[in-house]
Amino acid sequence: MSKGMRKYFKKKIFWFVITFIAAVILNFILPRLMPGDPVNAIVGKSVSPGASQEQIQEQIAFYKQQFGLDKSIFGQFFDFVKNAVNGTFGVSYSQYPRTVSDIIGSGIWWTIALQLPAILVGWILGNVLGALAAYLRKAFDKVLMPVSLFFSAIPAFGMAVILLVIFAVNLKVAPVNGAYDAGLIPKFTPSFIANVIWHYQLPFWSIVLISIGGQAVGMRSMSIYELNADYVKYARFLGIKDRRIVRYVFRNAMLPQVTGLAMSIGSMVGGALVAETIFSYPGLGMAMYNAIVSSDYPVISATTLIITIMVLLASFTLDIIYAFIDPRVKAAQFD
Amino acid sequence: MKSTLRNIFHSPRFVVGFVIFMAMVLTVLIYPYFVPRDPLVSIGKGFLAPGTYLSVYDANNTSTYRIDLPEAAANRMGSLLTAEDRKTMLDFLTVMGADTEGLDLSDDSVNDLIALWKSSYDEENVRTSKYEGFSTKAQRNKLKRLDTKLSGSDSAGAMTVVSGEGDAAESRAVADTDYVKVNEVANALNLPLGTDNFGRDMLTELVSATGTSLIIGLIAGTIATLLGLLVGLLAGYVGGLLDDILMFIANIFTVIPGFVLLILIYYSVGQEARGVTTCAIVIGLTSWVWTARSVRSQVISLRNRDHVNLSKLSGHSLFRIIITDILPYIASYVVMAFILQVSSGILAEAQLSLLGLGPKTTVVPTLGLMMNWAKLFGAYTSSNAWWAYFPVILVIALTSFSLNLMNTGLDQVFNPTLRD
Repeated sequence: MSKGMRKYFKKKIFWFVITFIAAVILNFILPRLMPGDPVNAIVGKSVSPGASQEQIQEQIAFYKQQFGLDKSIFGQFFDFVKNAVNGTFGVSYSQYPRTVSDIIGSGIWWTIALQLPAILVGWILGNVLGALAAYLRKAFDKVLMPVSLFFSAIPAFGMAVILLVIFAVNLKVAPVNGAYDAGLIPKFTPSFIANVIWHYQLPFWSIVLISIGGQAVGMRSMSIYELNADYVKYARFLGIKDRRIVRYVFRNAMLPQVTGLAMSIGSMVGGALVAETIFSYPGLGMAMYNAIVSSDYPVISATTLIITIMVLLASFTLDIIYAFIDPRVKAAQFD
Repeated sequence: MKSTLRNIFHSPRFVVGFVIFMAMVLTVLIYPYFVPRDPLVSIGKGFLAPGTYLSVYDANNTSTYRIDLPEAAANRMGSLLTAEDRKTMLDFLTVMGADTEGLDLSDDSVNDLIALWKSSYDEENVRTSKYEGFSTKAQRNKLKRLDTKLSGSDSAGAMTVVSGEGDAAESRAVADTDYVKVNEVANALNLPLGTDNFGRDMLTELVSATGTSLIIGLIAGTIATLLGLLVGLLAGYVGGLLDDILMFIANIFTVIPGFVLLILIYYSVGQEARGVTTCAIVIGLTSWVWTARSVRSQVISLRNRDHVNLSKLSGHSLFRIIITDILPYIASYVVMAFILQVSSGILAEAQLSLLGLGPKTTVVPTLGLMMNWAKLFGAYTSSNAWWAYFPVILVIALTSFSLNLMNTGLDQVFNPTLRD
């Protein structure tokens, strides 16, 4: 490892740590700025109508103590960090006495199982189409480009709603919402898995269709940019085979696309919000939405913390990989 | 400048996008002069399908014309019986044991179906026999209502309209060959997109919402672009510690994704303050990051050019160097970034509102609020009212499509390497 490289990594890690600390603090503060007192809301629901003023006060004091809200803001922050480190993330306000880690644990696998394959399939299909459009040009490009542009212009929720109405409401070939039928108990039986796959189709394709358009547009313009680059012309003059040039071109054009892939995997939880709420899919996005609506600070803080860590990891990994694979970054950063 | 503009308007992509966008802007500006109705006033009750609605009262008081249409009787029968009615009739006749061979729910067999019904249905018989599926009182009443409906349609030519408190002197007979002219009826309303769940005229509401959403996009786009430009210029040109600090802030905005940050900040503002303008400002404040990054990297590549160094040697101020030596080189890029920011601002508002976190307003509709209402009142599922959400999705898609087209058109003009 050269001296420049070591300095580069030191600087990266320094900013990585600082950003992480600042993000943790923001994740703690921002939800707590939201209006509405969650304890009053819980007590309002749980107390019987005839309860006296003292009983209500007693209840409020009990919940405040349970949630650690009787401590100062610094004490609360210390609790937050402690709970984040031991992995429980504290107790949920709106689903008391469920722990936040339980809520997240039940949601995160649905989100990963839905988003990861959808992002990958959309990314691969989009890039293949974009590269073909750039290389073949002519009719293929003329038809594909406006279609891709239009598809990428349809908002994610619009695509979800259109698929929902066509396939679930009118044709009735897919379920309207959920990840499995309400009466079923999650276990690994063939009938349950078949039911899950049946529920999986609409949310999955709504994400894939949206991402294909955007990826194709990006890949096409990067490929055209590279195809017109000087090194391609030079290689042609040298008489290098077309097949080989194309391989170099697409490898270079892929670099920004890889960034896009890593970032969309990193921000997958935030991106899941819309599709999951439309299809009432029980993932992390849905958990976060419910938490925001009911001012459930611990759940909001924990989900945003997960998003933060995932995005940070994705961008940090990218920085490291780029330093090794892209000579342009190497030249720019290490000198 | 003049030649750049000419080049831009020679790019087919830009022109198509520009025409679509301007058509929408012009519609938003001109429409209120033709339909000066308040977009949020309820004129109907619940979802009304698109179409022309005639006042029955006024139609009765409009002079009539005689038209003999041969298929009029069949049409009348066909429209009288809904698909559900026909199914009930068929089910009943089958249970009763009548010969329903060759009868189905189509318009062709409706006359045969009615004839069979008339010969078979007997109220007494139904009550005493307790046929399967028609044994409860509610089910028998349903059949009775159907029968009444059918016998009412029998007496063609004998319909009598009585005005006032049943004063026979003011009644008049309506023949089945009487027609009124649509534009002679005093109150006729054309609802090309029907009404939403509150009974508001969808087209008027949609035009007004498009206007509001465009304004949100413009405010958010302007804030995001100006902020991004300022941060990018300072970080890129000044560099050093300032660069580190500014990029640190930008990184925080990246690791807490804009949309999440947007929800949190917007929710923290409080219920009362969450108007349309606040919404636009918050969107702008959370989406400047990528503009700042791209501007910064372009400025870094510019700051060591000879003409910039020459300006520095001549003792020009930082402000003057940025304005005269750097801005002109990135102006085209900034315009393109602005267009994309407008488009993503409109989209961000729509997503926020769809989740029920959008502007709290009872004065103006936005595209996102319309989507939210459609979702809340079951337009996709129970009511299946496509007109309440599909035009909204189409307008959002068309807006960002036209802006993206303009953007790629500009890209081809300014980046010769991207040209076909």
